Amino acid sequence: MPRPALRPALRVAPVAVSLAAALALAGCADKPATTAASTAAGAGAGGPITVNATDTACELSATTAKAGTVTFKVTNSGSKVNEFYLYAEGDRIVSEVENITPGLSRELKVELTEPGTFTTSCKPGMVGDGIRGTFTVTGTAAKGSTDAKVAKAIADYKAFVASEADEFVENTKGFVAAVKAGDVAKAKSLYAQARHPWEAIEPVAESFGDLDPKIDGREDVIADGMAFTGYHRLEKDLWKDGLQKDSGAIADQLLADVTEIAAKSKTVEPTALSIANGAKALLDEVATGKITGEEERYSHTDLWDFDGNLEGSRQALAALRPVIAERDPALQKALDADFTELSSLLAKHKAGADYKSYTALTAADLKELTVSLDALSEQVSKVPGVVEAK
Amino acid sequence: MTDEGLSRRRLLGVSGTAAVAGVMAGAGGAYAVSRGEDAAAAGAPSSTTSGALALDAAIPFRGEHQAGIVTPAQDRLHFVALDVVTKDREQLRQLLEDWTRAAERMTAGAEAAPGGLVGGGPNRAPEDTGEAYGLPASGLTITIGYGPSLFDDRFGLAAKRPAALQDLPAFTGDQLDPRRTGGDLCIQACANDPQVAVHAVRNLVRLGFGVVAVRWSQLGFGRTSSTSTAQATPRNMFGFKDGTNNVKAEEPESLAQHVWVADADDTGGGAWMAGGSYLVARRIRMHIEVWDRTSLQEQEDVIGRDKKEGAPLGATKEFDTLDFAKKGPDGAPSIPMTAHVRLAHESQLGGIRILRRGYNFTDGSDGVGHLDAGLFFIAYMRDPAKQFVPMQRALAKADGLNEYIEHNGSAVFACPPGLKDGEHWGQALFA
Repeated sequence: MPRPALRPALRVAPVAVSLAAALALAGCADKPATTAASTAAGAGAGGPITVNATDTACELSATTAKAGTVTFKVTNSGSKVNEFYLYAEGDRIVSEVENITPGLSRELKVELTEPGTFTTSCKPGMVGDGIRGTFTVTGTAAKGSTDAKVAKAIADYKAFVASEADEFVENTKGFVAAVKAGDVAKAKSLYAQARHPWEAIEPVAESFGDLDPKIDGREDVIADGMAFTGYHRLEKDLWKDGLQKDSGAIADQLLADVTEIAAKSKTVEPTALSIANGAKALLDEVATGKITGEEERYSHTDLWDFDGNLEGSRQALAALRPVIAERDPALQKALDADFTELSSLLAKHKAGADYKSYTALTAADLKELTVSLDALSEQVSKVPGVVEAK
Repeated sequence: MTDEGLSRRRLLGVSGTAAVAGVMAGAGGAYAVSRGEDAAAAGAPSSTTSGALALDAAIPFRGEHQAGIVTPAQDRLHFVALDVVTKDREQLRQLLEDWTRAAERMTAGAEAAPGGLVGGGPNRAPEDTGEAYGLPASGLTITIGYGPSLFDDRFGLAAKRPAALQDLPAFTGDQLDPRRTGGDLCIQACANDPQVAVHAVRNLVRLGFGVVAVRWSQLGFGRTSSTSTAQATPRNMFGFKDGTNNVKAEEPESLAQHVWVADADDTGGGAWMAGGSYLVARRIRMHIEVWDRTSLQEQEDVIGRDKKEGAPLGATKEFDTLDFAKKGPDGAPSIPMTAHVRLAHESQLGGIRILRRGYNFTDGSDGVGHLDAGLFFIAYMRDPAKQFVPMQRALAKADGLNEYIEHNGSAVFACPPGLKDGEHWGQALFA
């Protein structure tokens, strides 16, 4: 069963955590802050701001700067290993330098393109909230230069969703016709591939109320008062109970629902962030529903769904590729390698043009797929942070 | 359940500064490197004789030897064996460096990464999983080891394999499950709070996705050995005091003789192991229900100690000398010939000793209603072939305990020496 994914991106400020005192080691951080007293003339972009970090103080030579590249020169003149952080609103780390041993100086260069209020913090002993101060960046906001790339990524992804949605409708028509004709063998042969486009765009399509459970709900997760309909009801009929009196009506309703959801899917206006979160959600689907054999409990065609989820995730990230490659080339390289690896492992379980039954997989096969999926998912989980609006 | 020992009386109940001084002096520099004012707290033994503060304290990550070996045994364990899944040597080297950084932070009570809880902002998955946030360091130690299989031809490490790092031979009665056996790497996380130990392993495993994969893991909930004279001898799942005569932190000469690899032990490719130690792990399932129906007399005869006090049979106090010649009123040896303490005693094994650091475990039930419980045996030693192997051969052959136990997991790892400032795991290996 799908999980919500492409919700409008809510920006919730993280709760500021002030439990630090409870965990601080005796004598470590969280001493009364002797914060930067100096508010000397704001450093111009480029002029290094010195930070004198001791065990009990965090003194900056300036607490304002003009937007641009700001350099902090942090000197640890205390006796404990220290760290220096620059936070934006909500304690989001803008940049940090850690493990500054006593006596050492380290430089931190930060791109501060937007004016605003920031927080500096030294953390003697590396724990706790640290000794904090306010830091102000002045100037005018510069418009991001990657807007065009993001816009193109969104357009590309919308085109992919539209194409999959059309394919889903076409495939479903064929499947529904076979069910209504009472041709069980043909319906079975069309079932898994008919669902494949759905599995690729599920995070987009599932945002429309009851349509998702009507089309794709499993018997055990249908809400109270809702009938068990859609693909999985027909799966049960075809593989377990035989076609029922109402199978034809269920099939008709399925086609109507699929047609409606396909049309609605094309109206979704994604953001770079929602595309990235959708790519991750598809892999989560594999981990919790496909690799466990839960989704297709009668047909055991889970590997087709696996393939659909994986393809959908790959296409979503392909759309974002110019943005990711620009901002984090190493991540793009890792994504390419890990997608290739998992795809080739999955392909080992093809039998001609078809996939093997889930029940044919050994424990060793499942572990191999899980290990590779974990590796890929860990990388994909970094993408939202890379493509988020700056 | 080996119970080799010195015929030496030990005072229990050493507390406060005396214990600190004892540990710091006796450990032969184990705590020589420490950070600032954490040192005093870190040196304090986390034993039942110390206050709550010591149980919460941080233990220095760096030093001559790795922490987690002679460190006074904490109450909780999460042990994990991993296989390397990448073929890229550089990825493995980088992971060991990343692990060092995260492990050092976590042992200090910090998040696995700077700002790991919420510092990434709302759109990123947090770098730290969070369940240990707000908890003290809790005596966390993270100890790494390398298995024999790491030194095959995958990463060009064959020439660095220490001669003493060999797979264990098969022992009589072994029922080893491949899913609980072996591994390219291991991480032993010990802490006085189970959540802290589990957090450490969880975050290190997460850092490793794509490079390593968990092969098996084991949780332990009660130390079964004391590794310091400041600690009382705990009881195992059979209800007996166990490890009374363990090698302890306060015996630098014994540690040098039996636990730490010496410079001269390996002058070849394994020279990097000097100051390290070999770890043998065995998952020993106990047939708890059968044992519980056994008479007290039989239980005591199998172990060779009395159940309440822990004294050797024929003696009266826990730390009394084991007198193997003494006979009872019936003319039979007071300590039976098949008693565990007799077979495992150094006097019967040509002076062999090991440092035991095992934990009780219970992994729920086994499906037929019996406890899946026992001892997760961990021991550190200088050379497994000269220490654990002859000891286990002797036990496997004749130990009366064999009727009540089953070894179903096994592994051996080379745990490198401790790190100096600026060093990281794998540095010597990949040099």
